[in-house]
Amino acid sequence: MPDAPAATDDWVPSALERERAAYRLRATRRSVLIAAAATVVALLVVGLAVTSSPGWPAFRETFFNWDKAIASLPAVLAGLWLNIRVLLVCSVAIALISLTIAILRTLRGPVFFPLRALATAYVDIFRGLPLLLLLFLLGFGMPALRLAGLPNSAMFWGGLAITLSYSAYVAEVLRAGIESIHPSQWAAARSLGLSYRQALRYVVLPQAIRRVTPALMNDVVSLQKDSGLVAVLGIVDAIRAAQIETSLDYNYTPYVVAGVLFLILTIPMARFTDWLARRQGQHGGML
Amino acid sequence: MSEIGSSPQDEAPSPLLSLQKVRKSFGDNVVLRDVSLDVAEGECVVLIGSSGSGKSTLLRCINLLERVDDGVIRLDGEDITDPRVDADATRARIGIVFQSYNLFPHLSVLDNVLLAPVRVHGIDREVARADAKLMLERVGLADKANARPDALSGGQQQRVAIARALVNKPLLMLLDEVTSALDPELVGEVLDLLKDLKSEGMTMVLNTHEMGFARRVADTVCFLHGGGIHEQGSPEAVLGSPAQERTRQFLRRLHTDQA
Ligand SMILES: Nc1ncnc2c1ncn2[C@@H]1O[C@H](COP(=O)(O)OP(=O)(O)O)[C@@H](O)[C@H]1O
Ligand SMILES: [Mg+2]
Repeated sequence: MPDAPAATDDWVPSALERERAAYRLRATRRSVLIAAAATVVALLVVGLAVTSSPGWPAFRETFFNWDKAIASLPAVLAGLWLNIRVLLVCSVAIALISLTIAILRTLRGPVFFPLRALATAYVDIFRGLPLLLLLFLLGFGMPALRLAGLPNSAMFWGGLAITLSYSAYVAEVLRAGIESIHPSQWAAARSLGLSYRQALRYVVLPQAIRRVTPALMNDVVSLQKDSGLVAVLGIVDAIRAAQIETSLDYNYTPYVVAGVLFLILTIPMARFTDWLARRQGQHGGML
Repeated sequence: MSEIGSSPQDEAPSPLLSLQKVRKSFGDNVVLRDVSLDVAEGECVVLIGSSGSGKSTLLRCINLLERVDDGVIRLDGEDITDPRVDADATRARIGIVFQSYNLFPHLSVLDNVLLAPVRVHGIDREVARADAKLMLERVGLADKANARPDALSGGQQQRVAIARALVNKPLLMLLDEVTSALDPELVGEVLDLLKDLKSEGMTMVLNTHEMGFARRVADTVCFLHGGGIHEQGSPEAVLGSPAQERTRQFLRRLHTDQA
């Protein structure tokens, strides 16, 4: 058979190959050293320039005051917990709504025209409206209607505004993913007797979602930061908490604390995305 | 359905697949004008014809991947072009293998083969797994069960595609130029597999440019031209001494191309 694996032999690298390997190793070492040295020098120069500036002592006192940082940490952390809750609840709701919208938008045939049109209108409206405007409309408008049975909490309406807006974006990402799957995959799935639903569920969606994962993770990180926008409705999130702390003595260190906390949340997410992308794209080769 | 079931047609066995006046167009492009064809159980019909003559389209119509504009297709006596027929169930009874394999790249080889038994036929996963393993063994790929499709050679991928279709226990296999994307040295392994299938009595409709293979496996060769079957007969007749000038032209061109 042509597919028999090559037998293992007792290959010893030739002198030429050993020379090439040694050269690659030297070249790699040299590049790493140069890059590391350049980075250290650049950081030193910037650091020195900043710390030797005339305003540095006052700046450090206002933005990097350790005691203030420790003092404001509990309040900022409590605010961050709200961001995290908004992120978690909204993510789930966004996933469900956006998937539904994306699937409706990819339905073909005149029968589905009304559903398709509705889904398109949804995306047009909620992607077009600025999130802040949506927050005000829902957050202040809906409770003002005083409709019986509607929840009153600013948290609910704020979360809903974020969910509606993000679902429109994510739906478009998912739709692009679904439409990027070659029709031959649909044909192969349907030819086996899978229904439209099953072909979508087991063949098309898994491939589509894998393909758009980096874009989706982008939206998750963005959502993590935008979750704080509910603060415009009077809810205290991490940044609002920092602002309150700041107003006590005009020391801005709490903002830096909030910034660092957000980075601690988002950087692992970014690394995770990279890892996912790398795991999918193990192409090997020279490039 | 009822008119067929009650008709007393005992003399000649009714064909497993029967096409009557099938028409299919894409917009203004009428690809199949009037195709009529009977395929008996266990018969192997080879479609030949120039590129663009509608061979693939015909197979896709039989498998209900395309809806015919007119005409009737009967499978085992049942009119499968009737909109009241369950198209998914019908497709599950017909196996098709595509020129470009169309394996599911996100699933392992075994899961490609398992998908239909588990999801369409609702067979218990463990039971289906044994079946699928057996099928992979048949096509000589038992050791690749856990590999990803893109880690296989073209010939291996095509054999997985054949296993994936066969595990559904189809009444009929449709094969669309299954070797034309393969390196010449890999063609043999797929053709051998098809010859085995044929000798086991599988009913097959296939199109190919391998005239040598057509000669060996075909019971009937159909030359598709101008939206219909221009010439039909035994491989000796159609390939050896074609009656129609168009058929002769086509075969001549094929020979000079392959020489
Ligand atoms: N999905 C489609 N949409 C539009 N035209 C198509 C489609 N599929 C096939 N055709 C057209 O139908 C004709 C026959 O194609 P095909 O059946 O693939 O031919 P063959 O398999 O004999 O080479 C070609 O002209 C092709 O362009
Ligand atoms: Mg074709």
